[in-house]
Amino acid sequence: MNLTPQDYQVLIPYILLTAWACVLLLVDLFIPKERKSLTALLSALGLAITLGVTLSQVGIAQTGFFGMAALDGFSTFVNALLLLSGILGIALAHGYVKRLGIERGEYYTLLLFSISGMMLMAQATDLIMVFIALELLSIPLYVLAAFARPRVSSEEAGMKYFLLGAFATGFVVYGTALVFGATGSTNLYAILASASNGTSTLLLTIGAALVLVGFGFKVAAVPFHMWTPDVYQGAPTAVTAFMASGAKIAGFAALLRVFATAFPALAVDMTDILWALAALTMILGNIVAISQTDIKRMLAYSSIAHAGYILMAFVPYGNPAVREVSIAAGLFYLVAYAFTNFGAWGVVIALEKNEEKELAITDYAGLGRKHPALAAAMTVFMLSLIGFPPTLGLVGKFYLFRAVIAAGFTGLAMIGVLTSLISAYYYLRVVVTMYMKDGEPTVERETWLGLATGVTAAVTVVASLVPQSLFAWASEAVLNLF
Amino acid sequence: MEFLLQPLTLLTFFPLLGVLVILFINAEAKNIIRWVALVTSLITFGISLWVLTMFDASNVNLQLVARYDWITVAGWNIQYFLGIDGLSILLVLLTAFLTPISILSTWTAIEERVKDFMIFFLLLEVGMTGVFLAQDLFLFYIFWEFTLVPMYFLIGIWGGPRRIYAAIKFFLYTMAGSILMLLAILWLGIYGGTFSVPDLVALGSIPADIQWWLFLAFTAAFAIKVPMWPLHSWLPDAHVEAPTAGSVILAGVLLKMGTYGFLRFNIPLFPEATVKAAPWIALFATIGIIYGAMVSYAQRDVKKLVAYSSVSHLGFVMLGLFAINPQGIAGAILQMINHGLSTGALFLLVGMIYEQTHTREINVYGGLWKITPIFGSIMLIVSLSSMGLPGLNGFVGEFTILLGAFGSQAIGNTAYAIISALGVIMAAVYILYMFQKMFLGPQGEIVDEVKQHGHALRDLNWREIVTIVPILLFIFWIGLYPKPFFALMAPAVEHLVGMLPLP
Repeated sequence: MNLTPQDYQVLIPYILLTAWACVLLLVDLFIPKERKSLTALLSALGLAITLGVTLSQVGIAQTGFFGMAALDGFSTFVNALLLLSGILGIALAHGYVKRLGIERGEYYTLLLFSISGMMLMAQATDLIMVFIALELLSIPLYVLAAFARPRVSSEEAGMKYFLLGAFATGFVVYGTALVFGATGSTNLYAILASASNGTSTLLLTIGAALVLVGFGFKVAAVPFHMWTPDVYQGAPTAVTAFMASGAKIAGFAALLRVFATAFPALAVDMTDILWALAALTMILGNIVAISQTDIKRMLAYSSIAHAGYILMAFVPYGNPAVREVSIAAGLFYLVAYAFTNFGAWGVVIALEKNEEKELAITDYAGLGRKHPALAAAMTVFMLSLIGFPPTLGLVGKFYLFRAVIAAGFTGLAMIGVLTSLISAYYYLRVVVTMYMKDGEPTVERETWLGLATGVTAAVTVVASLVPQSLFAWASEAVLNLF
Repeated sequence: MEFLLQPLTLLTFFPLLGVLVILFINAEAKNIIRWVALVTSLITFGISLWVLTMFDASNVNLQLVARYDWITVAGWNIQYFLGIDGLSILLVLLTAFLTPISILSTWTAIEERVKDFMIFFLLLEVGMTGVFLAQDLFLFYIFWEFTLVPMYFLIGIWGGPRRIYAAIKFFLYTMAGSILMLLAILWLGIYGGTFSVPDLVALGSIPADIQWWLFLAFTAAFAIKVPMWPLHSWLPDAHVEAPTAGSVILAGVLLKMGTYGFLRFNIPLFPEATVKAAPWIALFATIGIIYGAMVSYAQRDVKKLVAYSSVSHLGFVMLGLFAINPQGIAGAILQMINHGLSTGALFLLVGMIYEQTHTREINVYGGLWKITPIFGSIMLIVSLSSMGLPGLNGFVGEFTILLGAFGSQAIGNTAYAIISALGVIMAAVYILYMFQKMFLGPQGEIVDEVKQHGHALRDLNWREIVTIVPILLFIFWIGLYPKPFFALMAPAVEHLVGMLPLP
């Protein structure tokens, strides 16, 4: 058992980021309390360097650590997106934690650890590794959700997320055990080989379904979404923003790799289950969002709804003719969602006041007149979440629905567009409040926050006009997956 | 540079230049903003005339084509594809013509947030022109949906008391239709491997049962936009609440996007389904004509009256389109223009009096002609044009449509034409009723009421006359000598009809 340099090459971005986070933990001790901005800067620097390393690996495809982890176009794509989310997450958090009086160095290191866990999720090709990655990403997030202690809502969010998250992890472990029982291995490739030899599929199916339940919790798919609104509302908003993108991306990445690599044989049963999950998630998320008056809760349900749209891309995962296009569409949609989502949460952070004040949708009244740039950005994000031109959200939905129709699931696409119509109602309500009602909102002016919001808004619009290269990258990313 | 200097690209996106300039002007400098917007839209109109000079009516193919690959990966084949032909040229000109007029009409009517207003208005022009020029379904969909956004703001910010309700209703109603069309567009893109409309048409026939579903999905989007009875309920709300300029553009151009959609997409892409659906559409169109006229007559709010009259007039357009013969379609296209001119003018005139009186209640008016003779005279001409008096534009369009519908093989029943002809008479009833109540007879109570507020009702001022006179010119021109207008579209219409498998 010897590890070669190739093995390390597979996990080099992950190793780099983890090491950086460990060192930063020590360095942070010597950074005085009032200069924690330095920690933020160093964290962002670590993410940027890792991003550079990740991007230098585009085009490499190999496995390492005895088949426990893989480096391929898919992992590079997802990791790049995760690292970008991390940088945006820090930009959003930097002024916010200061303002809330919860600026502690651990915030940033925890964020880094969580991202490294997410990256490992995208690379893991063994169920044991998936489990470890899941824990590594989740535990820092539990702490971050409760970071605004002693505020009760934040503590409650952390506790709730921890309990339900642990429960979900339990499902994954139990599922893994059953899969191991059925196939004699936890390695995804070995499971595939054994499944095609005609092992007992009942045990395997149950195992896969349990793993699906676990991931369903992480990505907030109905009916495993119960924790989402409370945790999203209670957690510090900057954490929520990161959770809504990062955890979802990682959850979907793992779900995709596990199912596409190990369980294509189960596609017959799983397709129906995924179909139902996607449909339920879209319907429930969008309908419940209508009645929300708190912007954080509304965006929480919106994130549930979007999990449903992304799940649509997974439904035809067992159909060789269309699965690559379909998964590429899912990846593209994840990018569109990540940018839009960060931008929208950025606006929420800009308006939020201490003690969870000014988080009602009605607090946005008059924003269009008082802060036209911010309101315009929010309008872009809302239009993108609806799927309206000229935004990335439209291109993403166009891509996604096309893949779903090409796979023959016109009914699901129909549910998708009809729920988009429903969603237009509650997203537009934010726009109505901003532009058509009078009010005197005040906004926190923070350089990094403003920059992050501006950049995401610009990307949301401009990338929708020139999506060619992103399309191409997403299509290449899935080539080696199957 | 080559990309930007394409005449059609320039025509579509020139207003964006105005938007950019306005963005950098102080919001308090209202007059400068107005002038920039007006000049931008006038130059755009100039570009549209330049396009007209380059247009060759005898050529039935798309002209001045700007075609570039846009997104071409993973089985996608989306193009940036603009083109113009006899079916769209008049509508493009109408858009470019009505926009400066509408902007001029807001000079004193819009005082609040002028900067935002003009930005949205110019963005709207980009969207509308794009809809009429786009020849790629994806590009078309983007422009089509995009027009909703500025219009939504125009109604929602500068509208009447129930503006928010009207704006959301407008948005959701239209979107409901569009998303069904989106599914059909995606299906076509997968089926044909391209989103380019001419290529899809050339590809030949789609299996009949699928064609029927696709036809219905496209119809959902367009019929709501037109609006066809019974999908019209968003229209009166949107019109009543919208500011004058919004109403003018809504009636003048946005509704035409629906009828144009039938013409450009439904008929050539789904020929069998079109022929099959023709009698049904004719039935709904006829109901719309009669229903719209009856409901118009019942209105006490003059703007609502004009709004419902649109339902009736657009019924004629639909009847003409689905007569599927050269007269019917040519009449329908001309009637789209006519309706844009006369209903646009009606909304402008109503807006001009509303600006002084702040009421649209028909009953409080009366005897206005004596007090405001120029206003009254112009109103009379426009009203007569709207009800289809021979010698004015409305007559030419409606007459040609009825002629087409009467001899239509596709509709196959002359009853629709006969009943629809009644609509013309009913139009005379509600229009003259409105005119008589407001302009003739004893002086209405509003005259004194306005006087009590210190300033008597005044006649049209120079700016208002300049706003309305260009429309009057066209009302007479089309009414007396429509030949050049028919000549622009006739070859394209003949070509389109020739493609259809008529019984």
